[in-house]
Amino acid sequence: MSIEMAMMGKASADDRPATTCDDVECVMARPASMTDKLMHYCPGCTHGIIHRLVGEMIDEFGLLDHTVGVCPVGCSVFAYEYFQCDAIEASHGRAPAVATAVKRTDSSRFVFTYQGDGDLASIGMAETIHAAARGERITIFFVNNGIYGMTGGQMAPTSLIGQKTTTSPSGRIAETTGMPIGVCELLSSLKGVAYLARVPISSPKNINTARKYMRKAIRAQLENKGLGLVEFLSTCPVQWAMSPIAAMKHIDNTVIKTFPPGVFVDRVDPVDATSTPMPAVAHTGAEA
Amino acid sequence: MKNEVLIAGFGGQGILLMGRLLAEAAMKDGYHATWFPSYGPEMRGGTANCTTIFSDEEIGSPIAACYDIVIAMNQPSLERFGPKVRPGGHLLVNSSMVPIKCERRDIQCAYVPAVTIAGQMAQERVANVVMLGSLLGICPAPILSAYEEAIRSIIGVKKPELVKINLDALAAGRAAVEEQLCAPV
Amino acid sequence: MSATLEHPGAKNVAAESEPRGTEQVAGTKRLVKGNEALALGAVHGGLEAFFGYPITPQNEIPEILSGLLPSLGRVFLQAESEVASINMVYGASAAGHRTMTSSSSPGISLMMEGLSYIAGARLPCVIINVMRGGPGLGNIAPSQADYFQACKGGGHGDFHSLVLAPWNVQEMFELPALAFDLADRYRTPVFILADAVLGSMLEPAVVPDQIPPLRKVSKEWATVGRGRRAVKNVVNSLYLDPEVLSAHNETLQSTYREARREIRYDTRFTDDAEILLVAFGIAARVGLSAVRLLRKQGMRIGLLRPITLFPFPSDAIKHLAKQVRQTFVFELNSGQMVEDVRLAVNGISPVDFYGRMGGVLPGPEELAEQIRSRIGRGDSL
Ligand SMILES: Cc1ncc(C[n+]2csc(CCOP(=O)(O)OP(=O)(O)O)c2C)c(N)n1
Ligand code: SF4
Ligand SMILES: [Mg+2]
Repeated sequence: MSIEMAMMGKASADDRPATTCDDVECVMARPASMTDKLMHYCPGCTHGIIHRLVGEMIDEFGLLDHTVGVCPVGCSVFAYEYFQCDAIEASHGRAPAVATAVKRTDSSRFVFTYQGDGDLASIGMAETIHAAARGERITIFFVNNGIYGMTGGQMAPTSLIGQKTTTSPSGRIAETTGMPIGVCELLSSLKGVAYLARVPISSPKNINTARKYMRKAIRAQLENKGLGLVEFLSTCPVQWAMSPIAAMKHIDNTVIKTFPPGVFVDRVDPVDATSTPMPAVAHTGAEA
Repeated sequence: MKNEVLIAGFGGQGILLMGRLLAEAAMKDGYHATWFPSYGPEMRGGTANCTTIFSDEEIGSPIAACYDIVIAMNQPSLERFGPKVRPGGHLLVNSSMVPIKCERRDIQCAYVPAVTIAGQMAQERVANVVMLGSLLGICPAPILSAYEEAIRSIIGVKKPELVKINLDALAAGRAAVEEQLCAPV
Repeated sequence: MSATLEHPGAKNVAAESEPRGTEQVAGTKRLVKGNEALALGAVHGGLEAFFGYPITPQNEIPEILSGLLPSLGRVFLQAESEVASINMVYGASAAGHRTMTSSSSPGISLMMEGLSYIAGARLPCVIINVMRGGPGLGNIAPSQADYFQACKGGGHGDFHSLVLAPWNVQEMFELPALAFDLADRYRTPVFILADAVLGSMLEPAVVPDQIPPLRKVSKEWATVGRGRRAVKNVVNSLYLDPEVLSAHNETLQSTYREARREIRYDTRFTDDAEILLVAFGIAARVGLSAVRLLRKQGMRIGLLRPITLFPFPSDAIKHLAKQVRQTFVFELNSGQMVEDVRLAVNGISPVDFYGRMGGVLPGPEELAEQIRSRIGRGDSL
């Protein structure tokens, strides 16, 4: 698998004809819901790929006009610069609370948050759990890179046991810092969650799976079923002190052992009787 | 005596280390010293710079608007900080990376092909210390032995095997500037 | 350093509460980063338990402590948020330990509820704020915009923290120990207000080679477990009866008045000054350079630098205000400490202000020019 292809968000199995210089054919372009601003992410960081996937989804569902994105504090703090939709910068960890209000005041909006693991699973854990418990009709794109990228590589609640970070200099120890938090495992007991899945961003094939999961997480909101969340296992080559390729291999070889990928909850297309959606919340506000 | 020195270049050129070595040398030579790194959005992948000030009296502001000495390790740094050298001050240019000359006549400029010199020593990475050595050619303080001590204490603790090449680089940089300043213009 | 006391009668600063770092112990002068100095200073000052959450520009503090404290058998814990950090500090302090958290502006805002409870429960602790540009997410450049927050209480209710403002790396090392002593003496939270420049600059400082062993400070009020104590201890800030709460507030207020004994400030060139510059922290460093520039041009200007921002050196400023023609205040904010200066000067002579916001640290030339151009212009706000 080629990292370069992965970086461009291009699917592997897709057999489009190769282009030649004299017969140039545009096989892919930047999603219309993205800006052409140069991204500030470090080389090999998968935040860029996930941004592109979000852009593709907004295009695919034709949602640009009524999308409101809520950005976190973390490396993706400037995410609002990369999307054409309206966007709100939340304070650290509070994106689900902000998104809740944006959605509840007008349910015709498509509201998503884009959050890192420090943002979502540490300082913002209360907001995450309560938005999920209430079954907020919002979609959360959760970028789990197992570290605090932006602040310089401190331990995150999702750092692996033994992982060396600037605040776990001899490796994370379970006795003093606990075990990594599996956000999907944790949230899967909450009935307000309509869709919950985890996917590594480590190969074109997995990126295609990510698209599949994202569609459902978006449908969970559009079909008024409850909260949708996709957890991306993402790389941070810089703070992990690995090359981009080694970082992707690290996800496939190591990270997925702690964070097994897959679908945890699906009440969008329920396969059994237990996954019935929670009753719709009464929405008030702008549309009234 | 007070010297406000700005060192600027690309991230990865060892800019911050140069400033640190200078501050350490100044301290070892008995001066008050401060070192302040520039940070902010321009840090990631872009330019890096730091200010080292040393003085025989207590230092007030650790940053300055103009400098007595600017060391420009690349062209953007020369363009940005060249105009900020005080009249009568010095500009030291890493001419291996900077193809242009400074047009100011009110300051003294020296051009040191630091990468070439370092390359001759089979270690292009010590180009920063070559440039640091060039300071010795224009500024009487700190004295050579203080620089040497700084190299031993800062570089030596982690990589003792690199001490010698850095000491050689220091000497080579000094020689390059002395030659140039003595030469008739 | 010519640190002076507000009340000439009081004991010498150094004698009264000598920061442990400056006792006669073997130390080496070396280049130390400001944040490193704060971390080491706290450990030398008897820090037993640290709780914090990462935020720039203070990350070196938890990073250093994450290795150092456990190696000394003391407690380091990265909390899940600043809300948790300050409440962990509440717990460690209630249990009688020297405890600290550090953060930068947005994180400090999150701690304000907990801080109010700490003050209400009369718990000693140290809080470091390496200030950055605000409001909101702002930026990570130097600022002094949290002066009001630190000095006027910050959280709800009538309370204060004592506030110390270092201006160089040596003080960044020494003030944490003093902060712990003051916190224990007055049973209040003590802030150390630094900023992004002080935190990330390197400067020679003398740091003792040996970390002193913990000196247990006895706290008869602490909830350490009752043991054989005749009465139980309760740490609490709830007083439903208004009269009782009123009396509790009176106690707090008298503590703050008592703490005026601790006022510390530093003066330069004030003996013959006709113009007075008041500035703290990094702004005072720029101020000192500007004063030197202006003196070279013949202006008789002096500098007063409060080291304690609360309690504030009002008497010293008032005293100098009688001597000078005009007072200038320079801060990295829109004008916060200047309000305390004006209260101190109380109309005796004009007070003028210059400030930069948003993380801009102007050079000494800019400040000198501002002072020069405003002389004689009088009080303007
Ligand atoms: C109240 C508050 N505390 C701390 C911070 C500093 N801070 C900024 S981003 C961040 C964590 C980022 O980690 P994560 O959410 O995992 O995102 P990543 O950078 O890894 O993508 C922290 C602690 C802040 N901005 N506000
Ligand atoms: S620090 Fe890590 S997460 Fe942040 S942009 Fe760089 S690689 Fe990506
Ligand atoms: Mg992260």
